[in-house]
Amino acid sequence: MRRILPIAAGLLLAALLWEGYKALGNPAGTVLFGVRVLPRADDLSMPHLATIADRLGSPELAGGRPVWQVVLEACVFTLGITATGFLAGAVVGLLLAVAMQRFRIVERGLLPYVILSQTVPLVALAPLIAGWGGILMPPWATVAVIAAYLAFFPVAVGMLRGLQSPSAAGVELMRSYAAGWWRTLLKLRFPAALPYLFPALRLAGAAAVVGAVVGEISTGTRGGIGRLIIEYSREATSDPAKVYTAMLGAALLGLLVAGAVSLLELPLMRHRRHVEVVTL
Amino acid sequence: MPRNRIFTSVAVTALLLAGCGTADQGTTAAPGASGAPTPVKLQLQWFYQAQFAGYIAAVDQGFYAEQGLDVELLEGAVDIVPQTVLAQGKADYAVAWVPKALASREQGAGITDVGQIFARSGTYQVAWADSGITKAADLKGKKVGNWGFGNEFELFAGMTKAGIDPGKDVTLVQQQFDMQALLKKEIDAAQAMSYNEYAQLLEATNPATGKLYTADDFSIIDWKTEGSSMLQDAVWANTEKLNDPAYQQQTVKFLTGTIKGWAFCRDNAEKCRDLVVAKGSKLGKSHQLWQMNETNKLIWPSTGGIGVIDPAAWQQTVDISMTAKNQTGETVLTKAPEGLAYTNDYINQALEAAKTAGVDVTGTNFQPTTVTLESGGA
Repeated sequence: MRRILPIAAGLLLAALLWEGYKALGNPAGTVLFGVRVLPRADDLSMPHLATIADRLGSPELAGGRPVWQVVLEACVFTLGITATGFLAGAVVGLLLAVAMQRFRIVERGLLPYVILSQTVPLVALAPLIAGWGGILMPPWATVAVIAAYLAFFPVAVGMLRGLQSPSAAGVELMRSYAAGWWRTLLKLRFPAALPYLFPALRLAGAAAVVGAVVGEISTGTRGGIGRLIIEYSREATSDPAKVYTAMLGAALLGLLVAGAVSLLELPLMRHRRHVEVVTL
Repeated sequence: MPRNRIFTSVAVTALLLAGCGTADQGTTAAPGASGAPTPVKLQLQWFYQAQFAGYIAAVDQGFYAEQGLDVELLEGAVDIVPQTVLAQGKADYAVAWVPKALASREQGAGITDVGQIFARSGTYQVAWADSGITKAADLKGKKVGNWGFGNEFELFAGMTKAGIDPGKDVTLVQQQFDMQALLKKEIDAAQAMSYNEYAQLLEATNPATGKLYTADDFSIIDWKTEGSSMLQDAVWANTEKLNDPAYQQQTVKFLTGTIKGWAFCRDNAEKCRDLVVAKGSKLGKSHQLWQMNETNKLIWPSTGGIGVIDPAAWQQTVDISMTAKNQTGETVLTKAPEGLAYTNDYINQALEAAKTAGVDVTGTNFQPTTVTLESGGA
């Protein structure tokens, strides 16, 4: 209950802000020196929340299923892609981090490229990866690859920092026990890295959602929320509330993933005090 | 509850991963095996919609199957360029607009137009009826929306022809997917396809009356009457593979099935509408019927037979591609297309085959219907 109240208050505030702006804002938007500084408040640009809710409840097409069902189903589909991409990305990130910690030369050689990888624009990468669909893997998996590509980065960088975090004294103690690299990794470095890992995983979760949605938009993968956003946005002319239902779905997906990732922490972090860490 | 959610997502992932491992097998059926249909992939320009109804119908009605082809339709997307997919060998044929495909050809894509399905262009520039904009010359001094990305050259050629310098005399605005900018009067004239965006306007509610907008609310500049229209949807084949007799035969068969599909949709517009809707289109039924009807208008009647490339229309497209400049001063092409840019060899054979099978390939008696659009296209 104590947790739900602030969330409900936050939602209410957001709803009040939306409707408040609609009531007070200029329907044609506020333009200063030829630049629109505040968005239009008319019904085409910002439908009433009631209209959006009504749209959620009414059929997608005449005689079809209600929109909320379609949106929810799309969320589940994209959740699957996100989870696949997230897991694959996290595993790759972990392996890279361990390799970089183990071999200095790998860190020196690889880390710049790991960072460089995130500067490649997704729109350039997506068509390339989309081309693998149906040849190397089913089309949906190409979207998971895009999600993984975004998700591995925070894990690799955060985990590397975590694995390097034990003090020299700790490492020397392990050495005095004649513990090898593997044992030091399991007993000292992994536990020490956990406070760095979880914030990194949260970032990775968010990145995986973005990757999945953008990847779906870019490759046109059927069934997901990204595709739904683009399909509904084409109808924004005559049915402006519809595209907002898909956006609500995307927001819901983001919340679900964030919640799921933070739940991962519970069993592992129960006995640990939270440590303030900077991952990047 | 939350625990279940994690479990579900893990389970879903496991299932998906399991699917991943096995999906590659079995999809590559041996082509040309005795009696087995030859797999053929056709890359479309966009999601399933009535613009591609002829291909969808040819698959559904078995017109490709009777030619011994197992045709798979590949949907387009934001970042999928059909002619590139074709040139890379990931599809056997592609549907693409002529100017855009010619631009890709100039960049090295080895593709040939083997069937000009749309004989006419469906691009409009739509304005409010009370704006007084009825022809290209009226755009002077106005805010003109355009899509960019190579979809804008008919507009620029039309303005240039009317004595307007697109770089100076008009304010150019990049348009979104939808027509909201026109409805909000942010722009004076918006680019629209007769079969899609224009219909969306007529599916929107006029806040002043509470009823849908009507055709009387808008005025249309049709590039066909302005003389700056360019050829659009065509079937493109891989130029290099066209040297292979097997691919030549397959092309004739593919075009034969395609002709039958489009002839079927001319005579059974509502049935084809249903086929498109059944493909999972998110656009409503009345919208798809409108699109079917408008698409038919771009094909039928077809004096030379559907798909035959009219050299004069081709030349107009090439000329505009080389001369019309967009706002950044670019032209579609820097020089005339080289090599085999188009050929009527295969479509003529396919037309003969279709005629022999009793198909009306000219549609001389075609009459478009009047489609009533519902709110939101539903």
